Amino acid sequence: MLAYIGRRVVYTVPIMLGVSLVCFALVHISPGDPLVSVLPADASEQLRLTMMRLYGFDRSYPEQFGLWLWRAVQGDLGTSIATGRAVATEVLRAAGNTLRLAALATVIGFVFGCLFGFVAGYFRDSWVDKLASLLSVIGVSVPHYWLGMVLVIVFSSQLGWLPATGAGPGGSSSWVWDWEHVSHMVLPAITMSVIPMGIIARTVRALVAEILAQEFVIGLKARGLNEVGVFAHVVKNAAPTALAVMGLQLGYLLGGSILIETVFSWPGTGFLLNAAIFQRDLPLLQGTILVLAMFFVLLNLAVDVVQTMLDPRIERG
Amino acid sequence: MTEPLVELRDLTVTFTGGPKPVAAVNGVDLTLAPGETVALIGESGSGKSVTLRQILRLNPERRSRVSGQVRVAGLDVLRLSGTELAAYRGAVASMIFQEPLLALDPVYTLGDQIVEAICRHEAVSREDARRRALDLFERVRIPSAARRLEAYPHEMSGGMRQRAMIALALACRPKLLLADEPTTALDATVQIQVLLLLRDLQREFGLSILFVTHDIGAAVEVADRMAVMYAGRIVEAADARTIVRAPRHPYTIGLLKSRAHGALQKGQRLETIPGSPPDLANLPPGCAFADRCFLAADACRTTPPAAEGLAAGHQVRCFRSADTAAALA
Ligand SMILES: Nc1ncnc2c1ncn2[C@@H]1O[C@H](COP(=O)(O)OP(=O)(O)OP(=O)(O)O)[C@@H](O)[C@H]1O
Ligand code: SF4
Ligand SMILES: [Mg+2]
Repeated sequence: MLAYIGRRVVYTVPIMLGVSLVCFALVHISPGDPLVSVLPADASEQLRLTMMRLYGFDRSYPEQFGLWLWRAVQGDLGTSIATGRAVATEVLRAAGNTLRLAALATVIGFVFGCLFGFVAGYFRDSWVDKLASLLSVIGVSVPHYWLGMVLVIVFSSQLGWLPATGAGPGGSSSWVWDWEHVSHMVLPAITMSVIPMGIIARTVRALVAEILAQEFVIGLKARGLNEVGVFAHVVKNAAPTALAVMGLQLGYLLGGSILIETVFSWPGTGFLLNAAIFQRDLPLLQGTILVLAMFFVLLNLAVDVVQTMLDPRIERG
Repeated sequence: MTEPLVELRDLTVTFTGGPKPVAAVNGVDLTLAPGETVALIGESGSGKSVTLRQILRLNPERRSRVSGQVRVAGLDVLRLSGTELAAYRGAVASMIFQEPLLALDPVYTLGDQIVEAICRHEAVSREDARRRALDLFERVRIPSAARRLEAYPHEMSGGMRQRAMIALALACRPKLLLADEPTTALDATVQIQVLLLLRDLQREFGLSILFVTHDIGAAVEVADRMAVMYAGRIVEAADARTIVRAPRHPYTIGLLKSRAHGALQKGQRLETIPGSPPDLANLPPGCAFADRCFLAADACRTTPPAAEGLAAGHQVRCFRSADTAAALA
């Protein structure tokens, strides 16, 4: 098992290298002058060249990549062109916010998705099943920024129960464990949880139906297990796949939260990306994408390892 | 005569899930004495598995209609409540399946499955249950038993898996073991080992065994009595020797004749008799075998023949059983 984990970890190194190359390339292939946002329109050619040299944009691409990667490994992602602050600090603070929001959304999605999925799988073709299927289809297909706006209108504007935007009182973007801060997470997290909820519900329903159709369930009953006893076996059989799907959903939420973070002005990586793109802030853009991609790679690694530990049928060779 | 351990009376099972009701079992009468081994034989689809499963009430209850009586060890099985049923399954009667790989939970070790079954029925600590599991593995002659308890079903060979399944079925010392083709999925040499093991365990535990097989040779080897099923009825039942030497039902005769020279080779499956069994969703009013029977007469097609006792313990359902002895000669 340990050897397997070790090998899996080693395999991720080339993947990470590839990912960073793609990050770098994506940002540099896109057209446009990276300095346009910081230089005044009437800046002299002299000033422009100085700035280029300062940010390293005058070097060749391989040189720029090597330098950037070397610094990135040491935790230095450069300075933001727009704000002049260290990219690493900005990205890590934003990533913490995004991670917290995505994790809460995934937990909500997982709990309710499993609930719907188990009920639907156990009572297939009953009205409960049809209702659960309908909800999961809606969950997957409703545009979530629209849902976010509806929730804001109902629960913030009309009822005034929950704050509409930001991550804390007075636009603070640092985290404290109190109701003020938690209440800011509620609406965006619910909005974000809808898609994983639908996907997990569908997965679990199919899993449960497939498990219940297997002969070993009859074998369990033949041993005198009651419904509760059989349920425990169903859960253990479904767990590896359900948890893997949950992990992947968390990964998608980390990367795909731009719209929701924009709707709720949530100071996360999506919000940061949005700003970086509009301001053509190359170091910030690169750094953010890189951090997100690394999260995704590490998450996949964790999912693989956990699944292998939970499911004895997977070869550990 | 001692009180029978198992008594099936006019058992019928009809599946109602499909477009037309399927009459899988149509009035089965069968008794097993304590310690007796009975083999159920018959073509595919004759209702052997459904009969066996009904003894544990494993057929889907919402999609089937059941009538008649099932008594096991004094319990009226068809009237047990949910909790009574769970207490009965595994402790009074248990079952082993044709393909243990499918009948065992793939993500639990074999040891855990046995411990779970024991703790489900008896107030014992997990450590004691574990010790009993080890003892069971040794009794079914699994080598390096302690290590094998930690194995998952897919990590074992077919023969070892079936032994583990037998150990699991015997974990709570049941009085009745139901075995649905316990050796069909195994290699020929392993089949014999498992059958011999079953016979030894039967003596050791004083078990009654009702087992389904396609292998008449195996049935003769292991069973005290044999019951031949056709279209959901037992058409002939007698002690194993009588069935093989002096069968009186045309279907039994056909089954035996279709085997090469009637030789009782082990491991050989039943050959089919010309024609095919009737549609269980549309059974004829008379004898279900009439379309394939070389002795069929008009009378056979109006009412089903009742069971007739020919000699002690030899019963046959055929209007012309008096003529079959002559046809055989
Ligand atoms: N759960 C079920 N729902 C509907 N029909 C069923 C069900 N189980 C069995 N049947 C039908 O009942 C009939 C008898 O099946 P059964 O499994 O008892 O045959 P069998 O004698 O065991 O045959 P085999 O030798 O192939 O195992 C078959 O026609 C089968 O299709
Ligand atoms: S009752 Fe008639 S049809 Fe049926 S087995 Fe006997 S002789 Fe054949
Ligand atoms: Mg069968």
